[in-house]
Amino acid sequence: MAKLLRLPEAPAGLGAEVPLLGLKELPAAAAQAAGATVAVRISPADRVEELVEHLDKLALVAIEFPNPGDGRGYSSARLLRQRFGFKGEIRAVGAGVKQDLLFFMLRCGIDSFDLAPTENEAEARAALHRFTLAYQPAVPCRDVREARFTAAR
Amino acid sequence: MYRYDSTDQALVDQRVAQFRDQTRRFLAGELSEDEFRPLRLRNGLYIQRFAPMLRIAIPYGLLSTRQLRMLASITRRYDRSYGHFTTRQNLQLNWPKLAEVPDILADLASVQMHAIQTSGNCVRNVTSDHLAGVAPDEMEDPRPYCELLRQWSTFHPEFTYLPRKFKIAVSGAPADRAATEVHDIGLHLTRNPAGELGFEVLVGGGLGRAPMIGQVIREFLPVPDLLSYCEAILRVYNRYGRRDNIHKARIKFLVKSLGIAAFRDEVEADWLASRHDGSQLTPAQVDYARSCFAPHPYERLADIDVTANADAQFKAWYRYNTHAHKVPGYRVVFVSLKPPGVPPGDVTADQMEAVAALADAVSFGEVRVTHTQNLVLAEVKQTDLRATWKELQRLGLATPNIGTLADMIVCPGLDLCSLANAGTLSVAKQLQRQFDDYDYLYDIGEIELKMSGCMNGCGHHHVGHIGILGVDKHGEEWYQITIGGSAREASTLGQVIGPSVPQAEVSSTVQRILDVYRELRLEDERFIDTVRRVTPTPFKERVYGKALAAA
Repeated sequence: MAKLLRLPEAPAGLGAEVPLLGLKELPAAAAQAAGATVAVRISPADRVEELVEHLDKLALVAIEFPNPGDGRGYSSARLLRQRFGFKGEIRAVGAGVKQDLLFFMLRCGIDSFDLAPTENEAEARAALHRFTLAYQPAVPCRDVREARFTAAR
Repeated sequence: MYRYDSTDQALVDQRVAQFRDQTRRFLAGELSEDEFRPLRLRNGLYIQRFAPMLRIAIPYGLLSTRQLRMLASITRRYDRSYGHFTTRQNLQLNWPKLAEVPDILADLASVQMHAIQTSGNCVRNVTSDHLAGVAPDEMEDPRPYCELLRQWSTFHPEFTYLPRKFKIAVSGAPADRAATEVHDIGLHLTRNPAGELGFEVLVGGGLGRAPMIGQVIREFLPVPDLLSYCEAILRVYNRYGRRDNIHKARIKFLVKSLGIAAFRDEVEADWLASRHDGSQLTPAQVDYARSCFAPHPYERLADIDVTANADAQFKAWYRYNTHAHKVPGYRVVFVSLKPPGVPPGDVTADQMEAVAALADAVSFGEVRVTHTQNLVLAEVKQTDLRATWKELQRLGLATPNIGTLADMIVCPGLDLCSLANAGTLSVAKQLQRQFDDYDYLYDIGEIELKMSGCMNGCGHHHVGHIGILGVDKHGEEWYQITIGGSAREASTLGQVIGPSVPQAEVSSTVQRILDVYRELRLEDERFIDTVRRVTPTPFKERVYGKALAAA
């Protein structure tokens, strides 16, 4: 049973069991879709730029974190949310979706988390709020109080 | 120096709570060793040969005396009453207990310190010139920019799980005292023809396996773009750096495989697209950071001749262990952590406390750590020099050897490190015994000897005038010797001059290298300049014999 953690203010979104298309299947599915109904899964090596022309058809982008050490998904998420302005759900999926990393994912614009099977859901929910402050300018995303960016007064 | 506000303090406090919870989960069996490793590494905690090792961040090498006293107290309470300063201006504890590390971090947080990102595949402690703000040749104080980088890189959400570690160094002077050319990013403060302040940006330098010198990616980066440009470099690296082979994962390999021109194109394209995503520094932010490093309230003094009528011992100390200060009447004092018989960079709790007291008395309550594993009292009135010398002598920290062969950089090696092949500390002792005649050391003059116990190169052997690398040959310790390396401006990598030698022959080999130098040098020519002039060939021939050199 998948444990899907979702921020309260995340878009209504799709359930954990929704089928996720691969990047190769996306163009055909997007061509047929009416409105933002498609869900796609991208692996760390996939270039998020390839999603750009289909963004209006996408309800969900699942970004894979195959292990905790592979940090490429953070860049994918931030680019998608910030540079390309994607407004739908960005979900972290894979064995690397662990409580100690959720804060970084959140800060890159990810708003739902398909927790790795070993994770404790209550702890993961608490870990999202482990830090109440950050130095970096946030991706325009949710739930982080920002005290300041660097040494500004 | 920079002092934490409530945001900085809240962040380190929350980090302590997080790590306390992570440690608890590990000790309770809820986290496996594999799961815990990347978490503890991002807090500077290694599991070494005999015990954990905790690496404490000393941002750009600057410490208040309150912080130094706390470090002393921590080594007493949780360790064996000594610490080890490293080539990245950090302090390592070699014998902490895992279960007590959260308490150590809490003690550190109480004096505005931490161990955040001192290891792991993330942006590490930003390092700088140990003479920042006081060197006569300095164009601009680099520390405000180091602090801005420190904050920006702390828990950066996008760049905390990079392909490999990432080191940034900043220099504000023409003389490069921070080895910036062998960092993943090296930043040189500079001015453009219009007189505006900015940075020359180097990328892709690094030691370890396959050492490389950084290349210029941008000749002039305006100050407001400091962080946005670093973000672009890191994003290109995070996305395209190799993750399949740990030995090819540093950014230098990506720069090399793409070529600097193509790498630059990628970075510039990303930067132009993201430059205004929020990372641009405002004048208020820069001004605030600069105000944190305002000059100390110096007295108006004239330079004096402190060595007139002085004894030879004081004169030697003054010559080797002090350095010019930009303000008349002041002098920079080096605290030598290289006395004979002591592992280079080691300092006891008693010494730390005494140095703190001395710094309170004569140097505005601040102490610096150099990447050459010494300490610095940067702001000593010339009239206080004699008393400072006496006190340092009493502490065993006045050995007049800064810049000489005895001021060697050495990693902890097999005695403590689980990566090492070789007992570098024993070799350091051997060298200290062989070269204990100060008339001889002074005759040899300025020379940098650097030694690492393995390929990872923590002892910077590639950029030693004489570099010594411990290698394992069928379970025995051998040492490969290079000459001609330098991490100063226009850095060079040392060249191997012959087959590796057994441990017992390291000092005699170094002796032969120095013999050749003494024969070939022109008047007052430094060792490195002789090597550059005559090339390593005569050294190869005469240290190893012609037959071997040809082999």
